[in-house]
Amino acid sequence: MIGVEELLPVSEEIGGLSAPLEEGPAKMRVKDLDLHYGSFHALKNVSLTFPKNEVTALIGPSGCGKSTLLKTLNRMNDLVEGCRIDGTIELDGENAYTDIGVNDLRRRVGMVFQQPNPFPMSIYDNIAFGPRTHGVKGKEELDAIVEQSLRDAAIWEEVKDRLKESALGLSGGQQQRLCIARALAVRPEVLLLDESTSALDPISTAKIEELVGELASKYTVIMVTHNMLQAIRISTKTAFFLLGEMVEAGDTDALFTHPKDSRTADYVSGRFG
Amino acid sequence: MTAKLLRALVYAGTVVTVAVLAGLVGYILLNGVPHLEPRLFEWEYTSENVSLMPALVDTLLMAVLALVLAVPVGVGAAIYLVEYARSSSRFVALVRMTTETLQGIPSIIYGLFGLLFFTTVLGWGLSLLSGACTLAIMVLPVVMRTTEEALLAVPGAYKHGGFALGAGRVRTILRCVLPSALPGILGGVLLALGRCVGEVAALLFTAGTVAQIPDFAGEGILALFDSCRTLAVHMYVLASEGLHMDETYATAVVLIVLVVVLNTAANFAAKKLKEEM
Repeated sequence: MIGVEELLPVSEEIGGLSAPLEEGPAKMRVKDLDLHYGSFHALKNVSLTFPKNEVTALIGPSGCGKSTLLKTLNRMNDLVEGCRIDGTIELDGENAYTDIGVNDLRRRVGMVFQQPNPFPMSIYDNIAFGPRTHGVKGKEELDAIVEQSLRDAAIWEEVKDRLKESALGLSGGQQQRLCIARALAVRPEVLLLDESTSALDPISTAKIEELVGELASKYTVIMVTHNMLQAIRISTKTAFFLLGEMVEAGDTDALFTHPKDSRTADYVSGRFG
Repeated sequence: MTAKLLRALVYAGTVVTVAVLAGLVGYILLNGVPHLEPRLFEWEYTSENVSLMPALVDTLLMAVLALVLAVPVGVGAAIYLVEYARSSSRFVALVRMTTETLQGIPSIIYGLFGLLFFTTVLGWGLSLLSGACTLAIMVLPVVMRTTEEALLAVPGAYKHGGFALGAGRVRTILRCVLPSALPGILGGVLLALGRCVGEVAALLFTAGTVAQIPDFAGEGILALFDSCRTLAVHMYVLASEGLHMDETYATAVVLIVLVVVLNTAANFAAKKLKEEM
């Protein structure tokens, strides 16, 4: 693995529409990305850098390509028939599509979906699924990983006495934190959140937002959200998408208070979207 | 008014269905149970004592052998169609069309094919193996279609969850998709089992009607080439001879009990398996 100090500073990549995020060493980097679903041009020449150990929010109206971009970062778009990708995605300077095996990439770049999707197995087996997949066999080691992951996802106290029970018996908010724990159990470096609170009640949402804030010290978090207030609350960087283009990216505070592009200004002031 | 009429029709439909079923089973039990004598369960079939024991054993052998041949192929093909093949490919469309057509073909056609191919071309004669292979081809589309539907009914979120954790395709299918599809797949296997147990036409052409248990102890694997008759065939032969109607009803009772027992066992297994997963 390449140390972060060896990476080029992000500011070298300015060009076109893509004003990259600045400061901080880059964890992931998207360069000149074009993505087609069949004949539909879903992402248009997107370049963007995600700084290490920060929360980056991707915002924009429905259909703007923000979720699509997220799914290219761990190659989940590979599962979509007719999806074609041009451009490069890098993780720690390595090409995510050619230098890193797809399963290894997905271990390093974890994902939490919009709808909680625990497997129909016990809470323990849900968390242990990832580590087992990647070769962890010892019971003690698994026990330790399960406990630590559940603690990190702030759900340990609620489930520690019912680890053998089905995960499907948990509430929606608990299921989503379980899914975060499941993602953390394989020790990822990046965590992708795809509107991960939009299916939850306000209290569960608040818990997960708080959790994401804590996770940022250890992980690089990239989240797609419909909720601009959520982006303001928990992200330090924000990128705004519209019709497959990345319009503007920068510090969250600056983007919301002094947007450079008039389309961003219209969106963040609630004139559309 | 129309609502009342509709309601009455629906009720009537239910009553007729239940009445027919109850009447049928009742009639068979009434005629069969009094003739369920111990001598019908002797190991040897003779002209004087038309024992159903050989047929009972043959039924189990035939059904198990047919399923052993059909289930792995059918489930494998369904997994390929749902999880591996591109859904837009022409090959998939062709396979789907073929299986649907095969499902609608009368069993006698399978029998004829079995007679021509297994018994004649391959020279297996009227035998357990010819019969089981014919049944296997016959139930293959059933297993395939039900497995396919069971796999398609599994939420895509399970699969995505597996992939997103870096599990490869095989592990994701085995651990995240198949367990949820298992009850549906077992349902299909059960359906196939029912058709194997109840089949007559295809077996008359391929397995023959000799009332004996293939002698695996004496002949070893060659016993696969022995002719044998299943319970359904046994019933058909007895009824068409017309000399043993009471024994025929008794055999029908045994056949019904067998189907109920197999159903219950399979359901129990499905439940156990689901708990284990």
